[in-house]
Amino acid sequence: MPPILFFRLTLLFYFLGCLLFLLNLWDQRVTTLSKEPTPAKGIASLPVSQRLAFIATGMGFLCHTVALLMRLQAEAPFSSLNEAISFFSWALVLVFFLVELRYQVYVMGSFILPMAFLSLISVAILPQEVSPIVPGIKGALLGVHTILALLGIVAFAMAAVVGIMYLLQEGFLKSKQLNALYTKLPSLDLLDQWNKTALFLGFPLFTLGMISGALWSQYALGSFWSSNNPKQVLAIGAWFFYFIVLQGRITVGWRARRAARLAIIGFVGVIFIFVTLM
Amino acid sequence: MNIILVGLNHRTAPVEVRERFALSEEEISKTLFQLTQNPLIQEALILSTCNRVEVYAVVGDTEKGYHLLCDLFLNRAEPSLKETLASALYSYASSDGVKHLFRVASSLDSMVIGEPQILGQVKDAFDFAMLHKSTGLILNKTFKKAISVAKRIRTETKIAENAVSISFVAVQLAKKIFGKLHQKSVMLVGAGEMAELAARHFLGNGVSSILVTNRSYERALELASEYNGIPVRFEDFVAEMSRSDIVLCSTGAPHYLIGPEEVAKVIAARQNRPIFFIDISVPRNIDPAINKMDNVFLYDIDDLKLSVEANIRLREVEAIKAEEIITQETEQLVRWYKSLDAIPMIVSLKEKAETIREAEITRTLDKLASLTPAEREAVEALTHSIVNKLLHGPLTMLKEEAHSTNGNMMMESVRKLFLLDEVKTPPPKNLPTAGEEKK
Repeated sequence: MPPILFFRLTLLFYFLGCLLFLLNLWDQRVTTLSKEPTPAKGIASLPVSQRLAFIATGMGFLCHTVALLMRLQAEAPFSSLNEAISFFSWALVLVFFLVELRYQVYVMGSFILPMAFLSLISVAILPQEVSPIVPGIKGALLGVHTILALLGIVAFAMAAVVGIMYLLQEGFLKSKQLNALYTKLPSLDLLDQWNKTALFLGFPLFTLGMISGALWSQYALGSFWSSNNPKQVLAIGAWFFYFIVLQGRITVGWRARRAARLAIIGFVGVIFIFVTLM
Repeated sequence: MNIILVGLNHRTAPVEVRERFALSEEEISKTLFQLTQNPLIQEALILSTCNRVEVYAVVGDTEKGYHLLCDLFLNRAEPSLKETLASALYSYASSDGVKHLFRVASSLDSMVIGEPQILGQVKDAFDFAMLHKSTGLILNKTFKKAISVAKRIRTETKIAENAVSISFVAVQLAKKIFGKLHQKSVMLVGAGEMAELAARHFLGNGVSSILVTNRSYERALELASEYNGIPVRFEDFVAEMSRSDIVLCSTGAPHYLIGPEEVAKVIAARQNRPIFFIDISVPRNIDPAINKMDNVFLYDIDDLKLSVEANIRLREVEAIKAEEIITQETEQLVRWYKSLDAIPMIVSLKEKAETIREAEITRTLDKLASLTPAEREAVEALTHSIVNKLLHGPLTMLKEEAHSTNGNMMMESVRKLFLLDEVKTPPPKNLPTAGEEKK
């Protein structure tokens, strides 16, 4: 079967998962208790609609994995824009499943899946470029560069998602609307910790991605840095932004509400960079 | 036999009426004794709490049983009160009675749905009656079932989740802000009763330290030693506030003690770590404007009350699930009651067969005097095995099917087929009929 078929199946499953997860936002039945999330009874204890959301997402993830593996023949995988976004979406869902395994915050899917689905849609719209086959050390460097940078961006995306959840939950607490969604969302403290973890993981990954990118540039184009390449300028800008956010967090306590907002602003910036590169 | 109950509760009777019937242990044991002496009544149990008094009994004759139990209540009332009382009494029989008991035990009939005390009270009433040997097979099984149903409802529905008291709500909110409370610290400003209660709940939920301040330092010292906390002078409390994550305020001061200025300093000192203010004082001691500041959460007494009410509504939703469980379990228990009805018939069927067998074997053996003892034994065994094999089918059917929908019809057929009425019949039984409610 051609990869495009798996890709379309992925889109279909993610669409279903996305829909079901969003429906669950309005579900008045409360699944994660008002307690701190604990390794609970697992997926089997969830209402059918939520279980289906997880199943659809899982199926989509499998199809996506197959589709990506079939593309891996290229030696510098994911370096074309559409493939990069596709990989981003795949890694985002992977991280989502990992977080769910550990924490069982079922409501998170309602925020992650729309993001994964929308980015896949953009892949479908973009021209289907296949990554150029770059031989030898240059190819390997390009591959390392893209994967590291993308993983960093996935972490920033997680920080933004957690930030949105934080601002929502904070809004509920401040306005004293203690509704079903309030009950499903985890505590502010946990959300803030996730924000921190995501930044602390994302920043080094992104940094390594930048370094390997510069090395590749040196090998391939003969210089570490070309100031007339907008991609490099924007990437440096994003790196500085996150560097300051991280510093602020460590030294002057940019946590809680401010950290949540900065994570969202930062990721919107990253999306903007992607869009301008299109 | 039939299970019946007569009683009154917080819905049907005002407290002036209820308090007359709240029975002391002594009175309960006296009444239980009196009831079990009555030939009408086979088993009895009394549940007496501040919100309800109910008398449960297993009786042969439902109507007479009702009268007897109603009189028990009416006899305690003065003539002027009799009419009010009669209208306050409710009575249920068989499946409706069981259902009522299940609802009571699982707190669906309580003033606050999901409250945990009633189950303990039902257990106590049951233990008390067992101690006085006033219960038997039926009430024992029924009450054990009621207790297990109540536990099942507690685990399978969220009827007891979500706090319905001010201090529990405060703890729950704090958990939504701070996650675990283990490393957190509480400051108690002033010493209102409700604030102290809340402080105790916070300590119970793992809060690691508590700061206590009061206008009189003496009182602060006193409270601090009571809660194993740290006393803080009233002049210093704003400065010390940055050390605490939760501030519980409840003083008699007629003005705001904490405003945006103080809180801005606290937030800066805390490096944006969230802080949770709970203002239980009336008039309020904390300026509501601070709720607009970043990382500051303020709840006053009305906010807490509102979420208490919201949680009560949530419990009501869960109560619907609980009712479903109760319907299921009631059906099961009623089926068991009906299977009890088959027992006398099984006994009489066996007796009849044995009588016939004995009569026939004696007659035959008398004629066959020449048989050796071994041959006699063989003939005896033959008759036993014929009887057993013939009865095997009907007996199994009776045991298994008596509680099914056409169980009554089947029992009637067995009665007719085997001419059971010609042998001594067991005393007529009142099958548990579809319950009726009398007012």
